[in-house]
Amino acid sequence: MTTLEKNPTPVREDMPLSGPRLPAYAPLLAVVAAIAVGGALALVLGAGVVAAAFLAIVAFVVLLPLWSRIVEGKRSAVDRLVAALVWVALLAAIVPLVSLIWTVVSKGAPALSADFFTYSMRSVFGDAQGGIYHALIGTVLVTIAATIISVPIGIFTAIYLVEYGTGSRLARSITFLVDVMTGIPSIVAGLFAYALFVLFFGPGVRMGFGGSVALSLLMIPVVVRSTEEMLKLVPGELREAAYALGVPKWRTITKVVLPTAMSGIVTGVTLAIARVIGETAPLLIIAGKTDSVNFNLFDERMATLPVFIYYSYTQPGLPASAGHERAWGAALVLIAIVMILNVLARVIGKAFAPKTGR
Amino acid sequence: MPSTDTVKAPPPDREPAVKKRSTERPGDRIFRGTAVGAATVILVALAGVAIFLTVEGLPGLTAEPDAMSGQASFAGYALRLVYGTLLAAVIALVVATPLSIGMALVISHYAPRRLATPLGYVVDLLAAVPSVVYGLWGILFLGPRMGDLFRWLEENLGFIPLFAGPAAGSGRTIFTAGLVLAIMVLPIITAICREIFAQTPKLHEEAALALGATRWEMVRMAVFPYARSGMVSATMLGLGRALGETMAVAMVLAASGTGFVTLNLISTQNPNTIAANIAREFPEATGTSVNVLIASGLVLFVITFAVNFAARAIVARSGKKMNR
Repeated sequence: MTTLEKNPTPVREDMPLSGPRLPAYAPLLAVVAAIAVGGALALVLGAGVVAAAFLAIVAFVVLLPLWSRIVEGKRSAVDRLVAALVWVALLAAIVPLVSLIWTVVSKGAPALSADFFTYSMRSVFGDAQGGIYHALIGTVLVTIAATIISVPIGIFTAIYLVEYGTGSRLARSITFLVDVMTGIPSIVAGLFAYALFVLFFGPGVRMGFGGSVALSLLMIPVVVRSTEEMLKLVPGELREAAYALGVPKWRTITKVVLPTAMSGIVTGVTLAIARVIGETAPLLIIAGKTDSVNFNLFDERMATLPVFIYYSYTQPGLPASAGHERAWGAALVLIAIVMILNVLARVIGKAFAPKTGR
Repeated sequence: MPSTDTVKAPPPDREPAVKKRSTERPGDRIFRGTAVGAATVILVALAGVAIFLTVEGLPGLTAEPDAMSGQASFAGYALRLVYGTLLAAVIALVVATPLSIGMALVISHYAPRRLATPLGYVVDLLAAVPSVVYGLWGILFLGPRMGDLFRWLEENLGFIPLFAGPAAGSGRTIFTAGLVLAIMVLPIITAICREIFAQTPKLHEEAALALGATRWEMVRMAVFPYARSGMVSATMLGLGRALGETMAVAMVLAASGTGFVTLNLISTQNPNTIAANIAREFPEATGTSVNVLIASGLVLFVITFAVNFAARAIVARSGKKMNR
């Protein structure tokens, strides 16, 4: 005890162990200051709200690092600058999304009514009551046909890739090509369907089924990818247990592997449907545009929701406001369908995930 | 992968057992055949895209000038459209790439976990909005607001050729189209970058932090070197999407025919893109103009195929490197 008191540890006041730090509330303070600066500048320059927000963001990105540079030093200042920048990037991406959803909901909601869903556009002139009945029917039929084509092909391809083809040259090239296929522009898929059907039906062919073929070209890679991921997650022990019981391989796949992966596969298929249901370009080319209800996929033009939106906007008729209102209403319906499918996919994935029992 | 053949204990000295093993059950043979068949359909479909587009596009190569918006040769016609396509895609990437990398960093490294998951959903939401809705929003909401900005740019920065004007008040220019494209490719680039950033070995990150690096220094020295090739390929996949995106551009961009070859981003005289040109012209086209449009579609297919091919090749190569 006494020795310790005789030799106290020398503390050098000029060399502290930690550098000076900004207080924890510094970013908040900088936000407030930036808003004040932005508002003041906007008032002086006579700019609008958007310009004021922009100025405030710039002020924030400058202020906080500057303060940090004075108190904490250069490295911290750079750190804070980057942190501010990445959050601004996030904001810049979310603002358009919010604005888009707000615009669609506020402009589309007035158009919605029971009649909007049960009327087609047949002989609708001016602002008479018209609706999206024909387009809804078309979208549903075309999408169902596309699903019927692409789900078996997609699932069987994934089965081949995971269960049979591991490591083979064919499997590797297919994996690669499926990846490349996800990047095919949708309009090229439409042109392909047209070029294919022209050979059988002659120039100027338009039919709903062509749209289904084009959509399945876009849908197959999504289904293959998600199914493949899910099949890979099925533990090898399950397969081996089935083999050990003398179960044939194909029975193992249909009775053990597929049921285990089912929730994931259904999720993937739902997401794939959500992806293609909003596709416009291929349907514009091969399914065409009509004002009447058409239940036959293999004959004549077929209206679909996205194409309806496009034409309601570009050829609104007179008065144009009626056509534009229908376009916004249909856009709201389309977004709602896509969002519901997305949520549904997640719910399926969560609710029916295989129980591990642990 | 477990071995696929039924493994049997070798019987003492009887040969027939070997023979029996090589016979496949009929059910197995049919199932295997179906799976291989389905996989081959994909190859056939991809080849079919190239073949049918070529067959229907060939007559377009020698079409009369009035089927090609007055251009004397198909090469001239296609090159002008390719210019517009590339310009719009470049604008989109210049805007989207830094934003996406920032967003991906927020989700993977900056945001607290409780916030990161909903942010991931928001990015997915951005990807789920149909392109025709983006087009509608771009033309009726974004366009008029961009028009004001363009007038300001023309007045204050008009000496730069990019902003020479005269400014389009409707805002329906290649610049606005590029911005809408940027919003559309953002989720693609963000999703891939975020996945790769999250794969950075934790030990590298912790080592950097333990040496006293700030968070940014850690990202720069541990995360970016690891994710470089992934970031490149993510950008290229975004490029592929931006090149082929149709409806948003067709609606937002006010251009007809082959458009103008110009660097001026804010005027009423805009370049046109391949996809938008097809979408606008095809429904009314007849005769050889159909073949011309299909031929231009083939050009687009070849370009996007090459871009995607390169991007995937980079991913595959770096994947191999990581597994080592």
